[in-house]
Amino acid sequence: MSTSNVKALIEIKHLKKYFPVKGFKARKKKQMLKAVDDVTFTIKKGETFGLVGESGCGKSTLGRMICRLYDVTDGEIIFDGTNIENLKSKALKPFQKRIQAIFQDPYSSLNPNMTVAEIIDEPLEIHTNFPKKDRLNMIKAILIKVGFKEEDMNKYPSEFSGGQRQRIGIARALAIQPDFILCDEAISALDVSIQAQVINLLEDLQKEFGLTYLFIAHDLSMVRHISDRVGVMYLGQLVEVSTSEELYKEPLHPYTKALLSAIPVADPDQKQDLGGDLIQGELPSPLDIGEGCRFRSRCPFAMDKCAKVAPELKKVDGERVVACHLY
Amino acid sequence: MFNHRHIETIKKECKAHKSYLFAIGFLVLIVSLSIFAFLLPYSPNAVNVGEALQPPSLHHLFGTDDLGRDYFTRALFGGRISLLVGLLSMVISTSLGVIIGATSGYFGGVIDNILMRFVDILSSIPWMILVTVVSIYLTPGLKAIILVIGLFTWMRTARLVRAETLTIKEREYVLYAKLSGQSFRKIIMKHIIPGVLPTFIVSSTISIANAIMMESALSFLGLGVQQPLSSWGSMLQDAQSTLGNAPYMAIIPGILIICTVFSFNKLGDIFRTMTVKKG
Repeated sequence: MSTSNVKALIEIKHLKKYFPVKGFKARKKKQMLKAVDDVTFTIKKGETFGLVGESGCGKSTLGRMICRLYDVTDGEIIFDGTNIENLKSKALKPFQKRIQAIFQDPYSSLNPNMTVAEIIDEPLEIHTNFPKKDRLNMIKAILIKVGFKEEDMNKYPSEFSGGQRQRIGIARALAIQPDFILCDEAISALDVSIQAQVINLLEDLQKEFGLTYLFIAHDLSMVRHISDRVGVMYLGQLVEVSTSEELYKEPLHPYTKALLSAIPVADPDQKQDLGGDLIQGELPSPLDIGEGCRFRSRCPFAMDKCAKVAPELKKVDGERVVACHLY
Repeated sequence: MFNHRHIETIKKECKAHKSYLFAIGFLVLIVSLSIFAFLLPYSPNAVNVGEALQPPSLHHLFGTDDLGRDYFTRALFGGRISLLVGLLSMVISTSLGVIIGATSGYFGGVIDNILMRFVDILSSIPWMILVTVVSIYLTPGLKAIILVIGLFTWMRTARLVRAETLTIKEREYVLYAKLSGQSFRKIIMKHIIPGVLPTFIVSSTISIANAIMMESALSFLGLGVQQPLSSWGSMLQDAQSTLGNAPYMAIIPGILIICTVFSFNKLGDIFRTMTVKKG
């Protein structure tokens, strides 16, 4: 899908989320955990934006801020021209109808005490005024769309497998015809064959309804197949944003290279040589980041400059941006 | 909450465990007998000294006591009191426990800390001492004993419900409800309460058993229900003086207490397996 001239659906500007650290000492020092620290990007109408990064890099926090599950510390979230970062209950409601989410764990994302029909009815009950009978017909239609039978609506989630449950989650998100769906690690808990099945379903639905996705994942292999553009996050910041084609062909940021080289391949001889060793060590604590580039402690190309000046996101070519002193 | 699947599980469990069948059967029997005790030919308080201390016979199923009162009738009326105490104090203790536990778990932070430390303090005092001291200040009787047991046994339920609330509020379906704009009240009604319910039911059946035990112990010490009312506990106490020539007077209420407490505990087990199977 060509996305270069399409209007933006979501614009994120300098978004920040700091969590106060628990404990007496930390509170006294006003220590903050910078989960998301100054992130700026846009998601265009009809595209799939992939967001990747290690566990704990802030990608889920970012997604939850867009859904307004978390309050924003600073920055802007512009949804279709309206700032939504400070909207409260009533004013937020029309946007809650347009922003939906699919979660990671298919076992905890569906209430085990409710039938499939009751689960999918929840958003319909909140956001529509249709009588119960009409809603039931809508639920039937949506269930068939995601590959179930009508009879399945009276079953409980425990009667379905992980992949099937995830499809129920998709049906629930689709029920009120949103514009935007946040897929927070939506396929990470599934096995590979089911992952492909769910991805195909998501793609078909995108074509049919013109949906926009923010696809959060911790590995790049699946993101490649579904995303139009990909953003790579490291310790609360975006380090590279690129079209998914270019990112896989020629990763720029050393961290992106490391992530790509970590994807297992079927034939080890075919492995792309990315010119750098795998990164060493653990993610440093997000509590004391210090000055300079956040990746320098693990970067094979770190220079003196990296310890002093934090790199800004720079346009490299076309739509591609990267935050690294090498470019 | 209950549907055909639950009934199926109960049937299956009862086939596998004969003790479940006994428990349910015994509870149904003892509850219905105590309710319909007024249909019996004797009055529980009709004194007939001429027939005192008669051993069990066809005429008097459980014999008579030292005042010639029909012991079967007295046992059933006593059961009424014991069950009533168990049930009502369970209602008090579980409602307190659920309210305090759910508040503590849902809001967290300072509220949680204050409530849970209070629970810790109350639980660290042995209940027997607590209840004995408190009952000195109240006029002994049915109301006092229900209140005392209810007000000092809710801590365990509160802890259980708090833990359950803590896990449920982090589940992704609660997050989903929040981001979809579901109201705070409906999240509690539709997601939190039904999730806590299984724990709550299991804990309340066991509370009944505990309350019956406590009531018996207190009545045995003379702090419980007073004459002419009797409960199984006070019947045990009355039986002490005639233990030598009428041992059945102690054995009968003793067996009734044991069987009832056992059955309520088993009922808790049945509910527990039902909720686990559902998972």
